Amino acid sequence: MQALIQNLVNGLAQGSVYALVALGYTMVYGVLQFINFAHAEIFMLGAFGGIFVAGWLTNGEGSFLSLVLVTFGSMAFCTGVGLAVERIAYRPLRHAPRLNVLITAIGVSLLLQNLGILIFGADPRVFPAVIPTKALFDSQNLVINNIQILVIGTSAALMLGLHWLVRHTKLGMAMRAVSFDIETASLMGIPIDRVIAFTFAIGSALAGCAAVLYGLTYPKVDPLMGVIIGIKAFVAAVFGGIGSFVGAAVGGILMGLAETLVVYYVSSSFRDALAFGLLIVILLVKPTGLFGSMAKEKV
Amino acid sequence: MMGALMGGVMQPVFRSNNRRFFLVAVVFLSLLGFVNCTKKGETGASAQADLEALLLGEFGTMTGPESTFGISTHRGIMMAVEEANAAGGIKGKPIKVISLDDQGRSDEAVTAVTKLVTQENVQLILGEVASSRSIAAAPVAQKYKVPMISPSSTNPRVTQVGDFIFRVCFIDPFQGKVMAKFAAQNLKMKTAAILRDIKSDYSVGLADFFAEDFQKMGGKIISDLSYSSGDADFKAQLTAIKLKKPDVLFIPGYYTEVGLIARQARELNYAGVLMGGDGWDSAKLTEIGGKAVVGGYFSSHYSPKSDKPVVQNFVSKYKEKYNGEVPNGLAAMGYDAARVAIAAALSSPTLAPTDLRDAVAKTKEFEGVTGVISLNDERNAVKPAVVLKVMASNDYEYVTTVNP
Repeated sequence: MQALIQNLVNGLAQGSVYALVALGYTMVYGVLQFINFAHAEIFMLGAFGGIFVAGWLTNGEGSFLSLVLVTFGSMAFCTGVGLAVERIAYRPLRHAPRLNVLITAIGVSLLLQNLGILIFGADPRVFPAVIPTKALFDSQNLVINNIQILVIGTSAALMLGLHWLVRHTKLGMAMRAVSFDIETASLMGIPIDRVIAFTFAIGSALAGCAAVLYGLTYPKVDPLMGVIIGIKAFVAAVFGGIGSFVGAAVGGILMGLAETLVVYYVSSSFRDALAFGLLIVILLVKPTGLFGSMAKEKV
Repeated sequence: MMGALMGGVMQPVFRSNNRRFFLVAVVFLSLLGFVNCTKKGETGASAQADLEALLLGEFGTMTGPESTFGISTHRGIMMAVEEANAAGGIKGKPIKVISLDDQGRSDEAVTAVTKLVTQENVQLILGEVASSRSIAAAPVAQKYKVPMISPSSTNPRVTQVGDFIFRVCFIDPFQGKVMAKFAAQNLKMKTAAILRDIKSDYSVGLADFFAEDFQKMGGKIISDLSYSSGDADFKAQLTAIKLKKPDVLFIPGYYTEVGLIARQARELNYAGVLMGGDGWDSAKLTEIGGKAVVGGYFSSHYSPKSDKPVVQNFVSKYKEKYNGEVPNGLAAMGYDAARVAIAAALSSPTLAPTDLRDAVAKTKEFEGVTGVISLNDERNAVKPAVVLKVMASNDYEYVTTVNP
């Protein structure tokens, strides 16, 4: 029983990170209908950003304040990169066929990976222990530490915040309008370029926060770290129904839980097979995912 | 995955431009044919390679994961070559080294060795550290009959590829036995769990040999689980292992994952002893693993703290050359591999690859930094291993030497 709870906590912490990254995919898909493959690399850059911010705060190490600064630093950095990618690579292709944008996204992803290798080197770096790991609950077979609670709590707070933003603010309404019909939205006077830029900014900031949480849990950072997490988060977004916020959150968490349970009860060889198997099954059985709505084909 | 996504969309694009696509394809194919022809021409020239001076080829991971392995080995090799050149080179001509980066990928390793042999016309190849990449690239060296010396690939299958493939390190059956013996006899451990990297030939082999010998010595393997290199989360496996309370957790992986595994094992309150093989040997191990790896044991090729003059001489020269960095086992193996190659070149009648092969095969009682190297009929070195204990940040205590 305790082993099961342990696995659920571990899976929930892992899934929360997937969910935060999946939200970035789903948001961009929502407004632009393409998969921003470079999102995984923005996550990776967020982890490096966190390392550098923590490096500047050498005296404040180990405090809650430095954690907040590192998180916001990383989020700001990711927002900058996300906006730059949108402005330079995607905006000029706003009226190009979707396939062109998709291929551009793959190109940007590879470019950022290789720039990362060039600048940071491929050997892993260590994410500093901004707050030291401490066991909060510690019995014979069940250990829950402060980082896990932090990861789960922060993710939950961010997702609620996002929900509020999308449902109860003018910007959120504009985002929903753009995602509903971009041309009509622009005819109604919604500044679509600005709304799309905001979407990228928010998605990237979430990735930055996810990267810090990930770095605190698994302090190994390298330029290719985004690849697998990006794919898992993407599958989670498709699983939940791409374009749906609730879907991305639920999909991410289910993905984390499923992975942990599969590794525990079956074998670690099925960890990645699970994600891709899930993708195939979803595309065959319910292409719109758990919470997705039927896509209206625009003429 | 991406192919599946785009396949449906791509088809009509090509169909609508059928004629242009056909033209492009024709041009592309004829270009391919052209490249093929030039390549053949170059291979033909390799028969008349310059046999006056010794040209060594090196391939290793300089930028991939585990790149500290490639960089350390490269530094060891360059030190040996510079020393030999200072002493007059081979027949008065300096030795040259061409180093190629395989980015830690098996396919790139094959490409690198093919390039070294067919385009650079090297007479001898040094590389790789990781067994998976040596196994992938060795058939190329064998096919072109160019001798290859692996500095530190310990999986038995590496030299089984053919009679041109050598190594100057011990092999995993021995390394597994050393750690099994150390666990069962020196530490008096009764039960062990294994966490192996199923993507790595090295890790799988070493895990099997450890399990076999540990059981022979009366120990019990109570859990044998796996992960894949590149994973970051091992908590599910470690939760399962912790519940069985093994005395020892044997992790025959590379330092990149071992650091994280150790950390998560301690976070989950696993209190047993952590152990591994020479894949632990990197300054990054303690950087990633922090306090969690301290107290762990691993088998290595040599101890930099040995008081043998040949070791002390090597360590002090290396430190002087590379900003005071203490050479790890892989740097020492790179140095020894290059020195074995150079010694063979000095004793060989010509510098033709086949003559070099025969000279390398005759290596006996070679005084290396990592022990006395004698190559046996299977082209493996038979030599002792040391067991090191992780103390603090990049500091290892010498525990014991185990002879074959």
